[in-house]
Amino acid sequence: MSVFLIFIIVVAVIVIWVILKYNGLVALRNQTENGWRQIDVQLKRRHDLIPNLINSVKGAMEFEQETLQKVIAARNAAVSAKGVADAAVKEGELSGVLSRLFALAENYPALKSNENVKQLQEELASTENKIGFARQFYNDIATKFNISQQVFPGNIIANLFRFAPRELFEIKEPGEREVPKVDLSLRP
Amino acid sequence: MTPSPANIFEQQQANRRNTILVMLLFVIFVGFLGFGFDVFLLGFGEGRRALIGFPVVTIAALLLGGISAVSSLQSGDSRVLSSSGASPASQDDPRFRQLHNIVEEMAIAAGTPKPSVYVIPDPDPNAFATGRDPQHATIAVTEGLLTALNRDELQAVIAHEMGHVRNYDIRLMTVVAALIGAVMLLSEFGLRSMRFGSGGRRSSSSRGGGSGGIILFVLWLVALILAPLVSRILALAVSRQREFLADASGAELTRNPGALASALQKIDAAVEPTRAIKKGTAHLCIANPLGSDIDDKEGFFADLFSTHPPIRKRIMLLKAMAYQHV
Repeated sequence: MSVFLIFIIVVAVIVIWVILKYNGLVALRNQTENGWRQIDVQLKRRHDLIPNLINSVKGAMEFEQETLQKVIAARNAAVSAKGVADAAVKEGELSGVLSRLFALAENYPALKSNENVKQLQEELASTENKIGFARQFYNDIATKFNISQQVFPGNIIANLFRFAPRELFEIKEPGEREVPKVDLSLRP
Repeated sequence: MTPSPANIFEQQQANRRNTILVMLLFVIFVGFLGFGFDVFLLGFGEGRRALIGFPVVTIAALLLGGISAVSSLQSGDSRVLSSSGASPASQDDPRFRQLHNIVEEMAIAAGTPKPSVYVIPDPDPNAFATGRDPQHATIAVTEGLLTALNRDELQAVIAHEMGHVRNYDIRLMTVVAALIGAVMLLSEFGLRSMRFGSGGRRSSSSRGGGSGGIILFVLWLVALILAPLVSRILALAVSRQREFLADASGAELTRNPGALASALQKIDAAVEPTRAIKKGTAHLCIANPLGSDIDDKEGFFADLFSTHPPIRKRIMLLKAMAYQHV
């Protein structure tokens, strides 16, 4: 009788543990999913802001047509990107040309004093930050999710219910990882 | 240096526990004050001399304490905000656009909803966070903070405040702020009515309690007089230990501890006290708004009476996180 009772208690404890662990993993999976969506929201915002920016700077920056064209091309490529890997590459390129545009805009005093342009620059700079922080949060929560699937005994539950580890976001092109070369030797 | 997720989780748990503990202590304390009022001024427990047959003030005080403890949880944030003259920052106002962006950035980094943003019309740089939980949080900054800091530094300060929000510091500190106000009111009321009623009802010959009664009376009087001081020391002790953690949480969000170090240096350099922020809310702020030097000193008394750890120590730790030479 008492052996049966102990058996029942052990089974109950195991069942409760499995339920708790499973629910924890589901919650983490949803948070990870949500973190991933948040990145998309910010990327979309950036796509929407760029045409406005181009329109307000193109009058003053008519000598930089090439750069403006590149920004528009990179933006359109990013909008129509298919799949995660492709989007990551295209968005990376867009970040590159955008920062180049901001650097060039420094040469135009008319732009620097234009409230509208300043506002748009702030919006875009903030969106760049938000993309960065959204990726940071996604990586943090995905790491937590992956760890809880891999440590013992959580890995038993993860395998049983077929939880899959999430891929972390990282810089895809080799170029972005390199330290920019700055030449300070005032050679002509 | 940055706290691991487990650490933050433990901190959240501890903060939830401490909130309940502080509220309980407060109710007991208020009940004790009310009970003394019953015994010594209304003559409860002296049989025929008693004015009323049951401890009416004790019950009233316990009720009042309970209600104010619960309501501090519900509306403590709006009380704190209105007492410092803060008003909501309009999202359409170009002056506050950047502030809104930064708060949103930090909310994304922390993975919480965006808190409400308030601005305090005061030229001294300072900031605080308040609210019940991350879903009902508010971050308030002074106008001086917006002008004194650059974008990175402002981001670092907001990240520090988001740290308080995420760690549930805000709930505990808001409850403490609201309860300090209530204790002060009560002690004031008690001392005033003492002066009023001491001549009439309570003469030493009528006390049946003897030395035990006198000890109780002295204890009650001391509690009444020291109530504001004790509640403030309690608030300060709760507050100080949280600042280091919020600094670390902020650095975890921005991954830029150097910016918070330089922001603290600028806030520290502005010696002007933040006038808009009252004593009762001092422990909510990023730096002591009273502008006293006490936060720069170390030692027992400085430890007892300062809301924040020495700012130089905080800067030192942040620079160590950023691998900068101190």
